[in-house]
Amino acid sequence: MSEKTVFEIDEAPISHDLSDTRPVRVHIDNVVKKFQTRKGEMTALNGVSFDIHQNEFVCVVGPSGCGKSTLLNIIGGLEKPTSGTVTVDGKPVEGPGPDRGVVFQQYALFPWLTVEDNVKFGLKLQGKSPEECNEIAQKYIKLVQLEDFAKSYPKELSGGMKQRVAIARAYAVNPEVLLMDEPFGALDAQTRTQLQSELLKTWEKEKKTCFFITHDVEEAIILAQRVVIMYARPGRVKDIVNIDIPYPRTQETKMSPRFLELKNYIWSQVYQEYLSVRK
Amino acid sequence: MEEKKPSIWNKVPSWAWKLISLALAILVWVLASSKWPAVFASPAKVWEAFMKLSGNGTLWKNAWASVSRVLAGFGIAFVVSIPVAFLMAWYDPFRHIVEPWIQFIRNIPPLAYVFLIIAALGIGQTSKVTVIFIAAFLVMVVTIYQGVKGVDTTLIKAAKVLGAKQKDIFFKVIIPASTPFILVAARLGLSTSLTTLMASEIVGGDRGLGMMIQQASGYYQMDVVLLGIIMLGIIGIIFEKIVRYLEKRFTGWQETVQQ
Repeated sequence: MSEKTVFEIDEAPISHDLSDTRPVRVHIDNVVKKFQTRKGEMTALNGVSFDIHQNEFVCVVGPSGCGKSTLLNIIGGLEKPTSGTVTVDGKPVEGPGPDRGVVFQQYALFPWLTVEDNVKFGLKLQGKSPEECNEIAQKYIKLVQLEDFAKSYPKELSGGMKQRVAIARAYAVNPEVLLMDEPFGALDAQTRTQLQSELLKTWEKEKKTCFFITHDVEEAIILAQRVVIMYARPGRVKDIVNIDIPYPRTQETKMSPRFLELKNYIWSQVYQEYLSVRK
Repeated sequence: MEEKKPSIWNKVPSWAWKLISLALAILVWVLASSKWPAVFASPAKVWEAFMKLSGNGTLWKNAWASVSRVLAGFGIAFVVSIPVAFLMAWYDPFRHIVEPWIQFIRNIPPLAYVFLIIAALGIGQTSKVTVIFIAAFLVMVVTIYQGVKGVDTTLIKAAKVLGAKQKDIFFKVIIPASTPFILVAARLGLSTSLTTLMASEIVGGDRGLGMMIQQASGYYQMDVVLLGIIMLGIIGIIFEKIVRYLEKRFTGWQETVQQ
């Protein structure tokens, strides 16, 4: 009888090597982020480096406080790294901009605007004509299947619908990179799986370079082509796993043997980090 | 939980309840005026006074004097308090300089510093509008400042990542997000204006409802006194209804606790 514990798995052929031929879209180079807090200096990120390729869907998982959101904010230009650089298409990130769209966990829809006007917000800032704005907005509202709610206000929508509007709004400005900070975290399990399927469909129709943060290992595997596993605070990359499950993926994929192998591997890694934080 | 059985009370429409409430109030009034005639003039007497003073124009002259002061004082205060509140929220040094004095003076009853203003500007229209302006401004600027400060930073981040520059953030996020607070401030400002109006008119004046009430009370004309008081109440309600309408129109998008 094997004496292995639940978390010691057999040597599964998990691949980590980078054989991606697509050009690099986002280059994260030794990013360090330190904060001044009341208790002194706190290091959120301690040298994070990896690349995201064109049209690649990358998920980042890790225990709470490992700096995932900080990393997203730095790529999005909402925060500056203490040292290290992030370049997008070769250009260093200077500040926020429509080339790096963000979908927040709290939706962040403008409550005084209708769904339509929310989606058009970024387009109007780009100086597009009203006809163009309408056309583009309609296209993405259709993509997230909210045509019947185009004139509704955010207060009339459920959490899942609000997040779909947020995704349409981010897609509409045609960003080079789409950053998503645990976008389904505030939703119930059922809505979450629904939105995962919708995001997969949307992404397959219009591929974007995606950087997606989540706590949910299953969610990370079903969506991503690569999963980045972070150490607990201070954040560094622990491991990167290739998800070699072909698209299109469905909720049934979550029961396939390969999925379960990957899930076991990744989850045990993340759980180790949860335990180390507990101490 | 048992369903509420439909009783006779639920069948009466709400406008009927309002009518009943009005009838009850008049009943209380009649009872009070028969019990304490020296204090409460009867509805009949007040109606007579109304006919007389509105007929010879005195009532409307006084009412307009009061209303125009409130509108002028409140209006200027509203227009000034918005940019000042925004500056306070945007630039810390400005806030550090200005805020302590706003708080200090705000807590002084206008009835006290009205004497200063009268000494400076006399007992006419200007001094009244000035004291209303000061009182309303101080109340509104603080409320609007809180509103601007309270704008959800995630909304500002969302605007930034969609390409908004500082100017866009100000006009397209901060102003619409602060509108509910601006309207609450307007409501508070109007009610402050009405109270301050009384203070300013009682201290000295040529015309106005406050002055009318005070003079009538000196001659023991309690019917005119009550008439003036009721007029003020009606004016107050009209103002409030206007602001309520504006609130519904411009802030209907807010998510309320009930939802």
